[in-house]
Amino acid sequence: MATVWFMIVAVMVTAYVVLDGFDLGAGAIYLLVAKTADERRMVLRSIGPVWDGNEVWLLAAGGTLYFAFPLLYASSFSGFYLPLMMVLWLLMLRAIGIEFRAHIENPVWQGFFEVIFSVSSALLAIFLGAALGNVIRGVPLGPEGYFFEPLWTNFRLSDQPGILDWYTVMTGIVALVTLVVHGALYVAIKTEDPVSRRARGIALMAWPVQFFLTCTGLVATYFVRPEVMSNYKAYPVGLLVPIVVFASLATIIWAIPKGKDSLAFIASSLYITAMLVGAAFALYPVVLPARKREFSLTIENTAAGAHGLSVGLYWWTFGMILAVGYFVFIYRMFRGKVRLDGEGY
Amino acid sequence: MDSALIVHRLHFAFTVTFHYLFPQLTMGLAPLIVVLKTLALKRNDPIYNEAARFWAKIFGINFVLGVVTGIPMEFQFGTNWSHFSRFAGGVIGQTLAMEGLFAFFLESAFLGLFLYGEKRLSPRAHLWSAVAVFVGSWLSGFFIIATDAWMQHPTGYFVAADGSVQLASFWQLVLNPWAWWQYAHNMSGAAITGAFVMASIGAFYLLWGKFVEHGRIFVKVGVIAACIASVFQLFPSGDGQGRMVALHQPATLAAMEALFEGQPGAPLVIIGQPNVVERKIDNPILVPKMLSFLTYRRWGAHVQGLNSIPQDQWPDNIPLLYYSYHIMVGLGTIFIAIMVVSVLLLWMGKLYGAKWMLWILMLSLPFPYIANTAGWMTAELGRQPWLVYGLMRTAEGYSKSVSAGNGMFTLLGFLGMYTVLGILFLFLVRREIENGPVGGPASH
Repeated sequence: MATVWFMIVAVMVTAYVVLDGFDLGAGAIYLLVAKTADERRMVLRSIGPVWDGNEVWLLAAGGTLYFAFPLLYASSFSGFYLPLMMVLWLLMLRAIGIEFRAHIENPVWQGFFEVIFSVSSALLAIFLGAALGNVIRGVPLGPEGYFFEPLWTNFRLSDQPGILDWYTVMTGIVALVTLVVHGALYVAIKTEDPVSRRARGIALMAWPVQFFLTCTGLVATYFVRPEVMSNYKAYPVGLLVPIVVFASLATIIWAIPKGKDSLAFIASSLYITAMLVGAAFALYPVVLPARKREFSLTIENTAAGAHGLSVGLYWWTFGMILAVGYFVFIYRMFRGKVRLDGEGY
Repeated sequence: MDSALIVHRLHFAFTVTFHYLFPQLTMGLAPLIVVLKTLALKRNDPIYNEAARFWAKIFGINFVLGVVTGIPMEFQFGTNWSHFSRFAGGVIGQTLAMEGLFAFFLESAFLGLFLYGEKRLSPRAHLWSAVAVFVGSWLSGFFIIATDAWMQHPTGYFVAADGSVQLASFWQLVLNPWAWWQYAHNMSGAAITGAFVMASIGAFYLLWGKFVEHGRIFVKVGVIAACIASVFQLFPSGDGQGRMVALHQPATLAAMEALFEGQPGAPLVIIGQPNVVERKIDNPILVPKMLSFLTYRRWGAHVQGLNSIPQDQWPDNIPLLYYSYHIMVGLGTIFIAIMVVSVLLLWMGKLYGAKWMLWILMLSLPFPYIANTAGWMTAELGRQPWLVYGLMRTAEGYSKSVSAGNGMFTLLGFLGMYTVLGILFLFLVRREIENGPVGGPASH
């Protein structure tokens, strides 16, 4: 049962990164991809009706994590106290950046909120990547299942690491570049030239960095945490994951020059999914590795009671069917290229 | 007292108090917007659509603030109250996760459609998107209340071998009688805020002499809704909530009333200052036997006093609890008086010309916010010293691994951030009110 919930949480986190990922990426490239007032409105409208719903996946994944693995939630949230608080502030700034900008037609007002929106989007991508890096690298858990990480110590891998060391800085940058490509491809689909042409250009320029960092990141992960290979050795079917990673990277670079934006976007979504599934596969059954291996949190020692977990399966299934239904409906309502008539953003 | 404990309590208290300024208007306005949309459809009169659009704009600004200040609440269960989360997550994780799945997805998906989809949808479909936002926001309210109600009066749980609590019965958790009384009381509180705000802005337009047609609609819908909600707030919801407290939290009831000496035929204190050191009320104005009657429906019933309860089980801030409760009840009574008079004037066709009443309506805007805040302070201060009533003390629940210094750092960050957000909110809403209910539908 705990394994089922491990997979459910992994699926929800993946859905969050794929969905909110494109609006974070669109935000990060916002100032580069859109120059005139109309172009900027076009980009904002491409994510306007959906960004809030996308962000709910983070809350729903967090709530599900809390419900299924209370100790993991308690331990990781208090241990990552400072960066999570900063994530909260960035989420606030991004939301008011996008929502408050359009209320006043004044270039100073709008320029201010555009910078707020774009910078907070880019920083969020880096923070989320660094968070994932911390989970893979392991944290200084004590015997009670708690820890506290300062923002940084000496940027090396030690028994008392900070949130930021060379490895997590790297995963942060991997996340930023990945979401830049992802967001640029989404913008290319939803907008018209010259914005979509510029977006394709950004994706093409970011792709080599993404490719290089993916290779480096995979090697570095093996160096940081050799145990990541054990599940792959035990179950060679897991080796499909790196195959999908590189196949989708190849598809992206093949599809962009041909103007097949949707195919490239799907490949980018697949790349993100494969990277996250690969990480989850490598960790299982550990959910938060400790620097001292015996203190690691696993699905068994953090899961909620069996009755609660099986009850949850009923309402979760029901709620998920509804949620997916809403999403299909909303994305269909706002399908196609964005239009620039009327009010709003 | 441990200073980290104080910092973590202030951290949650400040962020949740600021947060709840916004959802109460969201939840209160949502049904009123549905009413306006329904009137537009039935009477086929565009003025109701303009009215609905105006409130949708206010709703949209308010909703953003509610969302961004709400996310920190879910996070703080883990960041600042990790020992509590480890202890109780197996039970309240249920209601919190259901809120995400059933309420947030619904609300967020249809809010975009409601705010920006009017041109793409038929009038009927647009009304349904408003209904979806309404249902989503009220479901969200339910799951949060069910979570708080479990902390006030735990049901449907068992204590597992590792000392944590786990779910024993899903239905006992969601059918907790405390939850349903608290939900009724809280939601009519939110409806009061929404209706008072609508009536207040309407009164402002009438006094200003601008947007008069819209102003009349706002005043009419506002005072009728506020009258119903204000009466419901006292009876049955407030009465039912009060008897829940009397039944399950006798120490809380005694502290709310500052009743030190238990007695048959206990009086109700209208005004007076609790003196905890000398265990009495200074300058009291009392209604004899009233507390006994309200609590037990018998004039001579015995009500337990604080003196017969061990002092380590008293709420730890009795004066603040007492004042919160009395402010809430006092304002609630005044709301009924204002709204009954307003509805009478409306019925006689004199309300729109009664300037003195319009002034009262306009200036009444902040008071439902104060009453709702005071009500929540009564509930949460009243639960002290417990975090989960009878099961876990507040002092045991905070994150031991997060030092007072780190907590203070982020508390100051939130103070600064929320000051900016509050100023931006007032600035933008003031602008919308001045621009008034004009303009066509927004779109993407």
